[in-house]
This record gives sequence, C-alpha cells and structure tokens, in this order.
Amino acid sequence: MSTFLGKILGSRWTKAILFLACLVPFLLLLWPFWKLVTTGNAPELGANPVEYITHYTGTWTIRFLLITLCITPLRKIFNQPKLARYRRMPGLFAFFYVCLHFMTWFILDKSFSLSDMWADVLKRRFITVGMLGFAMLLPLAITSTAGWVRRLGFAKWQRLHRLIYFAALAGVIHYYWLVKSDVRLPLMYGSILAVLMLYRFFIWKQAPVKRGAAERAAATTPNTASLPD
Amino acid sequence: MLIRKPADLRSSDLTPKQLYVNRRSFLTGSLALGALAGAARGGMKLSDAKKTAYNVGDEKITPLEDITHYNNFYEFGTGKDEPAENAKNFRTSPWTLKVEGEVAKPKTFDQDSLMKIAPLEERIYRHRCVEAWSIVVPWTGFPLAALLSQVEPTSKAKYVAFESYYDPKQMPRGRWAGIQFPYVEGLRLDEAMHPLTLLAVGLYGETLPNQDGAPIRLVVPWKYGYKSAKSLVKIRLVEKQPPTTWNLSAPNEYGFYSNVNPKVDHPRWSQAKERRLGELFKRDTLMFNGYSEVASLYAGMDLRKNY
Repeated sequence: MSTFLGKILGSRWTKAILFLACLVPFLLLLWPFWKLVTTGNAPELGANPVEYITHYTGTWTIRFLLITLCITPLRKIFNQPKLARYRRMPGLFAFFYVCLHFMTWFILDKSFSLSDMWADVLKRRFITVGMLGFAMLLPLAITSTAGWVRRLGFAKWQRLHRLIYFAALAGVIHYYWLVKSDVRLPLMYGSILAVLMLYRFFIWKQAPVKRGAAERAAATTPNTASLPD
Repeated sequence: MLIRKPADLRSSDLTPKQLYVNRRSFLTGSLALGALAGAARGGMKLSDAKKTAYNVGDEKITPLEDITHYNNFYEFGTGKDEPAENAKNFRTSPWTLKVEGEVAKPKTFDQDSLMKIAPLEERIYRHRCVEAWSIVVPWTGFPLAALLSQVEPTSKAKYVAFESYYDPKQMPRGRWAGIQFPYVEGLRLDEAMHPLTLLAVGLYGETLPNQDGAPIRLVVPWKYGYKSAKSLVKIRLVEKQPPTTWNLSAPNEYGFYSNVNPKVDHPRWSQAKERRLGELFKRDTLMFNGYSEVASLYAGMDLRKNY
C-alpha cells in the first residue's frame, strides 16, 4: 500500500493535478471579476465586490499557509518521504494569493497611493502585522528553487524557511485584529496553526540528540533526499 | 393584524418589479421616463407616504438588492449576507413598541397605532457604516419627535434609550455575534428631537424587509449605521446617558455620539473615505455624513473626545 501511495506521490501527474486544484480558487474569482470590470455587475461578488475579493484572497492565503504547514507532519505521521516534494507548491500559492490580496488593497482601497499605504502600515496594527507576514513570505518565494537551496546550504535554507511559522502567525493575528466582534474564524485558523506548531514542538522535544546530529550532518553534506525538486 | 390596506391599485402592481428595483439604470435612461419612475417609487403600498425635500442630490440610490443583501444585523449572523437568509421567518406581527421612563404619558403602541403617529414620509438618506461603506436608502417613516411629543417627556428626560428585539429562539446566531443582546442604543434628547431623526417602517415604498429592521427601526443619518437600531421594542426616556451595545463591546472604538467624522479615525481603520456600494473606488466621507444642519447640536464640544 505504501509503495502504491509512494508511486502516486512520485508521479508528475499528481503534481499537475494538484497545481490545477490550487488554481481553482483563483479561476473561480476570474470570471466574476471580469464581469465586474466589463459590465460593472457581478452578483457572485455580492454588494461590496472589493471587500469580497479582499477577504477571499486573504482567506486563501491563510489556508494555503496552513496546507503547507500540514505537509511535514503528514509526511512524518504516515512515513511518506515523497510528501516533502509537496511543500513548495502550496507555499508558492500562498504567496500568489497574498500578492492578489495586497494588490486588491493597494489598488482599490488605497488607490495606488504609496503615502496612504505607508500611513496605514505604520498606524494600523492589523495592517502592520499583515505587511510583516507579506514581507516574510517574499524571501521564501524567492529562495524556493533548488538552486537557492544549494546556494544557501540546506541547514541555512531550512532555518530561513522557518519564517513561514511566523508568517502564518502574522496572518492569523492580522485576521483576528481585523474582525469587529465575531472571532470564530480567526480562532479556528489560529487553532489549526497551534496544533501544527505543537506537533513540531513535541517532535523537536522528543529527539534533541538526533536533531542536532542530523543538522550537523546536513550542514556539511546537503541532504539531497529531502531537497524539494 | 395588517398595516393599513392599500387604497386600490398599488404602483407596484402597475410597474414590473424589475423596473423599480433597477430604478438606477432606469432613471439614467431619459428624463421623461424619470417622471414615471417617481410614480413607480411606490409610496402607495405603505398607504401614501408623501415625498419630501430630504434628498441627496444627484447621488444614486442604492439598488434594493444591495440594501437587502448586505446587512449588519448580528442577531441573525455576522456575515453580510446572513440576515437576508436567517431573518426570513422572523415574526414581526404582532408587535408592540413600549415608550416609558421620564414621560408624562407612557404608552405602548401596536403596529396599527405606530402607523398613525404621523403621516408617513419618504426620505432619501445617506447611510454610512462605521466599517467605511455607505449606501443611499429611500426610507419611509416619520420623525421620532412626533412619537416623543405624544408621550410628553418630563423635565428630567435628557436622553433616549432604545432597545431592539431579542429572542435567542428566533435568533440562534446571536450567541456567536460577540456582542451583547438585546441590542441597545441611545441619543441625547435634542438629537432624538432633531427633524432628521426618523423612525422608519419601510424602504423603497414597501414595509421594511426583516433583515433591514422590521417592523420599525431608528434612522439617524448623520451617525454611523450602528446607532440606527433595528426592530425596536422599547424606547425609554432617561436622565443619564444610557449604555450602548458597541460602546460596551469596545469603548475605545465606538463612542456614545458616533457622529460620522472623516477627521476622527476608528482606531483600526481610517474614516476619511468610504466605499459607496456599487462604486469601485472610495469617495470622501463628509462631516456629519453631509448633514451639516446638525452641527449646532455639538457647538463647543470636542468631537475628538466625544467620538
């Protein structure tokens, strides 16, 4: 069974299908958005389309960050090393959706005004923390290629990519600080993040010696087996 | 119990709904048709509300679809589209509105007597939400002052406290709203007596849809939307400033006065601009939402402190 799953995970087709799946939320937005721009009317986007698009792209950013953070626990729990190949794609999609989120806000809310944007970033804590999360995702997207793993060395690269923990936390806080009184959804995403982080914490606690050894080994010889391709 | 029966033919019988719902695009068609649209606005369905000078110039009236599917009515859920769905079966009849407190003649109005307090008028008001979006609504109603004068406030009455209906059985979503119910609001007596302050019983010439605060709600157009409490069951005249729901929830974000003020930001977002539903880019927010005639009510007050 494990080999069958391994085969599926190793297939290029699986990746292609998952890529299209990650694109679905964007494609679903595209048609109504086109209608909105051309005819000024897109009932799918509700009475306040800009708010709808902003919330939609923001929500998908958090979802993709959490999906990305699920991969390693799943890999370890189900002992499927090939799952490591599936971290980069959802991670990059999180970056893709956060770019859409940022552009919606910058163009339609701030009307392209850099000064207005900076005033908000400095003044409003939910925007400050949101921008912080966005800023943290930027180097992760840039260094997501195999070439950058080699250039940085795996240990350094891995340490840098732990920024995703803080980016996800920033996303959840951004959401929590934004809502007026109903905090159920931000708390739900926060709880999922907490579970994923607690899992990492216990794994880290359980094997301190092995971890040190592995990191030392990884620092000298790049562990190509766990390289994302 | 029924709202007063319509005379004979309603304008909505003569005009296809599509036409008066989409009056915006209809109006742009031609000026000649504009006269027809005036008749199509209805007003007969809610007996015959007279048109008034309360208008917003050339600003477009928000389509009924948006006014009824983009609501903050947290008793029916916190999503904007939730009240339209969850308030469908809300029972608004029978209904009573109790007026009590510092008054010479406390009174309980039933639905029929509410409709007879004063002649119904149609007023087109801007409605600016604290969340920085806005709409333009053709309300039908009568001045709150007309009701208050019937109960004769005593000299002790300085404030007016409003209470909305709350029934966890009919409003099960309320428990997740994160604010306390029943929803309470308040005005200073002079604000309540101001001719702009309206008790609305309808919009677009028909009785209020449930999700917009049926059967009777407050409308204070120069204040943020949450001051305009929905589905009122109690009005109490009091001596001291009454508690208000959003102020209880976050006192540093929502004050008692809550006048629309582009210069005083919400701690978490700017109030300088607003998105008018139907428009892509934001427009400037006007002081007192454009109702500068209320400025004298606040002469000498620091509106930064009294936000």
